[in-house]
Amino acid sequence: MSYNEIVIAGFGGQGVMSIGTTMAEAAMSEGLNVSWLPSYGPEMRGGTANCNVVISDGEIISPIVLEPSELIAMNLPSLDKFESAVKPGGLILVNESIIERKVERNDVRAVYVPSQEIAAELGNLRVANMVMLGAFIEATKLLKFETVVDMLRNIFTGKKANLVEINEVALQRGADCVNV
Amino acid sequence: MAIVYQKTKGLTDAELHYCPGCTHGIVHKLVGETLEELDVLGKAVGVAPVGCAVFAYDYFNCDMQEAAHGRAPAVATGIKRVLPQHVVFTYQGDGDLAAIGIAEAVHSAMRGEKITVIFVNNAIYGMTGGQMAPTTLVGQKATTAPLGRDPGHYGSPIRMSEMLATIDGAAYIERVMVTTPASVMKAKRSIKKAFELQIAGLGFTMIEVLSTCPTNWGLTPVESLEWVKENMLPVFPLGVYRDVTKEEA
Amino acid sequence: MSKELWKGNEAIAEAAIRAGCRCYFGYPITPQSEIPEYMSLHMPKAGGVFLQSESEVAAINMVYGATGAGARVMTSSSSPGVSLKQEGISYMCGAELPGVIVNVMRGGPGLGTIQPAQGDYFQATRGGGHGDYRLIVFAPANIQEVVDLMQEAFDLADKYRMPVMMLLDGMIGQMMEPVEWKRPAIAPEDLPEKPWATTGTKNKRLPNIINSLFIDPDACNQHNIRLEEKYARVTESEQRYETNDTEDAEVIFVAFGTPARLARAAVRLLAEDGIKAGVFRPITVWPYPYDALYKIAAQDSVKAVVTVEMNTGQMIDDVRIAVKGARPVSFVGSAGGIIPTPYEVAEAAKKALGR
Repeated sequence: MSYNEIVIAGFGGQGVMSIGTTMAEAAMSEGLNVSWLPSYGPEMRGGTANCNVVISDGEIISPIVLEPSELIAMNLPSLDKFESAVKPGGLILVNESIIERKVERNDVRAVYVPSQEIAAELGNLRVANMVMLGAFIEATKLLKFETVVDMLRNIFTGKKANLVEINEVALQRGADCVNV
Repeated sequence: MAIVYQKTKGLTDAELHYCPGCTHGIVHKLVGETLEELDVLGKAVGVAPVGCAVFAYDYFNCDMQEAAHGRAPAVATGIKRVLPQHVVFTYQGDGDLAAIGIAEAVHSAMRGEKITVIFVNNAIYGMTGGQMAPTTLVGQKATTAPLGRDPGHYGSPIRMSEMLATIDGAAYIERVMVTTPASVMKAKRSIKKAFELQIAGLGFTMIEVLSTCPTNWGLTPVESLEWVKENMLPVFPLGVYRDVTKEEA
Repeated sequence: MSKELWKGNEAIAEAAIRAGCRCYFGYPITPQSEIPEYMSLHMPKAGGVFLQSESEVAAINMVYGATGAGARVMTSSSSPGVSLKQEGISYMCGAELPGVIVNVMRGGPGLGTIQPAQGDYFQATRGGGHGDYRLIVFAPANIQEVVDLMQEAFDLADKYRMPVMMLLDGMIGQMMEPVEWKRPAIAPEDLPEKPWATTGTKNKRLPNIINSLFIDPDACNQHNIRLEEKYARVTESEQRYETNDTEDAEVIFVAFGTPARLARAAVRLLAEDGIKAGVFRPITVWPYPYDALYKIAAQDSVKAVVTVEMNTGQMIDDVRIAVKGARPVSFVGSAGGIIPTPYEVAEAAKKALGR
């Protein structure tokens, strides 16, 4: 049975919540069980926010993640807060653009992603979170890229249809950061 | 034999419990007659208060709801929003409307709820035994103000008609009294107009009726009528405080 | 049928509309404001009424008026706001009016915290306002169950002419899970008539009166007896609960809502240590499934019963009533917005078993 417990954390406005909901939506459409649990309150208004996503092919017991199997750290306070909680053998995705330090543990896999530089290169800073999601999918093989791209096609329609392509490229550029 | 007068169909046959000389009975009659004359008894829903008029649900000959203290305008809001074509009214005293329920009254007016509020102001808490009301006059004795209302301690009486008339959602606000046949006739016309404007969908309507409380004022019925004129009128002047039909004209 | 990802609060609102609710009155408060937000957009689309009131007090009294006029009506709030609604809830019970009240609980007392808690258990299950009365109280543990119970909540409210409370914690309100809309949406016009409602006499019947005043003590006593008989019928017919892994269990966790999920995670941890544990989860916390819990707690295999709550120990009173001293009952939990961990829950079980 697969049972992935993911924490995604960063500043409000970095798209932390939407990385989580996109992940959960995609997993659900692939027939997996999911839960998405946000932190809420004043911290949503610009402070540090995080969400817990659980993805399993079996029953999801608790939506609360205490020991993540995967951590996406979008800023330094998030890495500081959650690094020690990650399960041995787990994965830490680091937003290298604003986190200057390296992962200190050597019993986890660390992947560094310059998400904001890539997003800037692509001409839209708002796709930085999709870069991180692309890296996550490549590193975990938990979801299919096509599933996310199909979702993007459903979200961005009409005048916004042109956003599908840049998001798709962002996913791919994130994936390219893994195994380099 | 020709019938020259008969009781309105707008009231039930239940015996009113009000004290001798209290003008609640007159106000009930005027509301009942209005509902009958406008032929809306079958689609009227009234809301009774907590206070002397608590049993009003037994007196009006239409569907009725008994509200918690002060909440009648909120209850009426719920009814009217579900039944927008119905005629909805509240019947409230000064404690119910001007003290514990002032927020509900103000916000119903603000939303322009198409209801009619009959506000009976007798400057005292009747049912609970003569305690001070927000409309109690300066110097007027009450069982919780035995030396008379001290404005340094309690402030001065609140004027609801004047206050609610400042609210955009109010369509018609008038203060009347029922101390003489002429003033009763006048009050009847005012109440009828308020209901008509509700039915026309113009907004919140309220008629404040200066009323008597011989029992708690410690006066005879006749003295009480005089007391209204001498003491209440200077503080609570009669008149139309808001009438959107005039403003539009 | 396909699944959709729904946030708890929004799912509650959508489920209410699908259950034929066409009236919502409420006042914003965290962590449930997505309910009025959703209603403000979708209730008018369904031809219903959404109104943001000036206070929770006004909101519950608008509910009173609207349900008295025959509509399916709902309000929602979180702990401090639900305290304010207690006056109206008592009047609704006295006047025998249906309605659904959602409490997405946060930490208390007072202003407390906006984080999830279960400190309103006593308030919800013992009445909450003045006088002798009860509410049917559903305590779902996941969003699918929230959605499934919503229609039942409205149906039971109408059937028994009493308010039904949905008692959730902030976590269920804020989280997202897949939802399957199992039942077809109900059109309000297909619901049974309410001959008692104040919809106007149309000059064809005597006036209907919605009232909770019985000034004569004998009449008031008779009214209370009648209410009590109704509550007895509810107690007889409407208990709901769920069990997991309780057969041959050494220790039984009792928990409602979110802690029941934590307890099930603790069951897995205990299994690694060779300890067999199970979970008894009341879905109605009033009426409380006392007899069902007793049967499970009094099994030969059971050595201890542990309640898990996000408060300082409230449901434990009902668990003790149910277990009738047959087994030791202990408590683990935390209040004020801190969610106990499955490790703490598992440790509490070991302690209760003397290991």
